[in-house]
Amino acid sequence: MILVSWVLIILMIALAILSIELKNLIAAVVAVGAVSLVISLLFLLIQAPDVAMAEASIGAALTMAIYIIGVRKTERSEKDG
Amino acid sequence: MVRKVVYSIFLAIIVLALAMFFAAYPFGKNKMTVGEYYLNHGVAQTGAANIVTSVVLDYRGFDTLGEVSVLFAAAAGVAILFFLAGGTKREQEDLTKPNFVVRVGSRIIFPFILLFGSYIFIHGHLTPGGGFQGGSIIASGFLLLYLSYPGTRTNRDGLSIIEGLAGLTFVVLGLIGLFLPQYSFLYNFLPKGTLNTIVSAGILPIIYIAIGFKVASEFAGIVDDMMCQVICRGGGK
Repeated sequence: MILVSWVLIILMIALAILSIELKNLIAAVVAVGAVSLVISLLFLLIQAPDVAMAEASIGAALTMAIYIIGVRKTERSEKDG
Repeated sequence: MVRKVVYSIFLAIIVLALAMFFAAYPFGKNKMTVGEYYLNHGVAQTGAANIVTSVVLDYRGFDTLGEVSVLFAAAAGVAILFFLAGGTKREQEDLTKPNFVVRVGSRIIFPFILLFGSYIFIHGHLTPGGGFQGGSIIASGFLLLYLSYPGTRTNRDGLSIIEGLAGLTFVVLGLIGLFLPQYSFLYNFLPKGTLNTIVSAGILPIIYIAIGFKVASEFAGIVDDMMCQVICRGGGK
């Protein structure tokens, strides 16, 4: 159990760094959604299923959709500088 | 130079104050007794098998009303913002039609998402989850529909009516408590029933169903506004 949660925490941090570093904004948004998904798994591991459900449906689905719509209306990829 | 010295003195004071505060704070111990009270008395007093629901809707029911109002204000803000932006002409974007698998798959899975979401908010007082979670799951089902059939528009008047009726149910149920001898807002006046059955916990399941409808229609409205910005000709409506 402890091992699983450590793996998930490391995965979450890696995805969060990835979401900052990626230049393709759609890919970055997908990484943000994946962070939410991993967080919801972590909430499940510490026995908070109510919060896990809210995080999975709002963080991973609705927020991601809103970000993607925002990206569609603006620039597709990040410029250097 | 003087400014930097003043800044660093203030910074040192802030850091010192925070350090003293956290040093005095017991770490990893029970700091409050209210949680224990809820765990020991929650089931007997509210009749809800899910302790989280008994806290969210019974002990802290008024906070939940505030939370619902915040969500309503956010949805109204999004709608107003896009209504104002709708006046300007936008270049129309070509949306590629999603492929066959996405279209047919979403049509098959959509009713099951609705069923799952309603299951979660109807069983809010028995199993984990509740109105907010179930409502957002239903709204994500609507999102799937929007993504797979880009031309979809929801009936906004219907959404507004559902939302208003749900909010009204919550407030009226709360106000009934004020006319009873107990004289408290959101008093649980219905019989508690047997634990672990659908019809139990008095008004809690009714409130959670109302919240589920309200959250679902609000989120669906936000998604509709946002997708319209991408799809609708000339932006807005």
